Amino acid sequence: MTGPTRRSWWFWIGFALVTLVVAGGVSYLASSSPDGLDSATLQGCEVVETADGEELRGDCIAQHARDHALAGSPLADYALGGRDGTGGLAGVLGVVVTVVVAGGAFWSIARSRAKPKSTVRD
Amino acid sequence: MTVDYVAMHMSDGIVNAPISVLFGIIAVVALGICAWRAREELDERTVPLAGLVAAFIFAVQMVNFPILPGVSGHLLGGALAAILVGPFTGALCVAIVLIVQAFLFADGGVTALGANITNMSVFGVAAGYASALLLYRLARRGRDDVAVPVVGGIAFVSAVIGTVCAAMGFVLEYSLGGAATTSLGAVAGYMFGTHVLIGVGEGIITALTVMAVVRARPDLVYLLRTNRVRTAVPA
Repeated sequence: MTGPTRRSWWFWIGFALVTLVVAGGVSYLASSSPDGLDSATLQGCEVVETADGEELRGDCIAQHARDHALAGSPLADYALGGRDGTGGLAGVLGVVVTVVVAGGAFWSIARSRAKPKSTVRD
Repeated sequence: MTVDYVAMHMSDGIVNAPISVLFGIIAVVALGICAWRAREELDERTVPLAGLVAAFIFAVQMVNFPILPGVSGHLLGGALAAILVGPFTGALCVAIVLIVQAFLFADGGVTALGANITNMSVFGVAAGYASALLLYRLARRGRDDVAVPVVGGIAFVSAVIGTVCAAMGFVLEYSLGGAATTSLGAVAGYMFGTHVLIGVGEGIITALTVMAVVRARPDLVYLLRTNRVRTAVPA
C-alpha cells in the first residue's frame, strides 16, 4: 500500500470535524423532551414543577429510578460543573475521551493479534 | 429553573438487583467475546476508523430529535458501527460510548450499565448487523457491485431493526425484574411504537453516514469487504 494520499487525509479530517461540530454545536439544537425509554418509564406519571425541582405524581416506573451514583461529578448531565450552556464543551471533551479510550482499546486488540495481517472472517 | 432531560439510558433502580447483576454478567461475557473476535476485524487501517466511529456515535447520541409531541429519540448506533467496522468491533464501540457516558457524564445508571450494554451494544448490533448482512447478500445476487443508494437503503432498514430489537431488550429486562407495576404489555407496546419512530431517525442518520463513508473510502467499510474477502481468499 502506498502512503496516505491527500484525499484520504481529507476523509479523516472531515470525519473528525463533523464529529466535533455535532458534539460541540449541533447538540445545542437537541430536543429536551424525554427519549422513548424515559417517556416509557414516565407513563402514568405527571411531571409537576415544584420549588425543589421536578416531582413525579402518579404511578410510573420512573419513580423507582435512583439518582445516578455519580450525579455530583464535574461533567454530570453533559455540563461543566452544572453550568448552563456548557453542553457543547462537555460534548467536545466527551468526543476526545471516547476517541482516546476506543482508539487505545482497539489499538491494543489489533496489536494482540498474533497471526500476520489477514482479513479472514467467519 | 427547569431540569432538562439529558439522561438517555436506563437509570439505576428501574430493574431489580438480581436482574441487573445477571445482565452485568451477560455484558461482561459478551464484551470479552467481542474483544476476542474483534482481532479478526481490526488492523492498522481500521483502528482509526473504529475509534472515530465510537466518538461519532457519542457525539450524535447527544442530539435528541423529536419523534412525537413531548417525546424524543436519539441514535443508538449499533447498525452504524457494525456496518462500518464489523459486528464485534461495533459492539465494543457502542459499549465504550455507554461506559464513558455512565462514568464521565452520569448518564445511564452504573448498576444498569450491564443491561444498557446488553440492549444497545449486543442486541442492537447483532440484529442490525444480521439484517445488514442478509440484505447486502440479497442485493449482491448476480452483481459485482451494489450501488451506493442501495447500501444506504440497507443501512436504513438494518438500523430500524437494530433500534427496535435494542428497545425490546429493555422490555425483556423489565419483564424479568421490573421494579414497578406498569403492565408488561403497556411497556412493550409503548417501547415498540416509539422505537419504530426513533428507528426511522436512526435509519436516516445511519444511511447518510454509511453512504458518505462508502463514497469517500469504500475500502474501509466492513460490510463491503465481506464479499471481497470471500472471493479473494480461496483457501
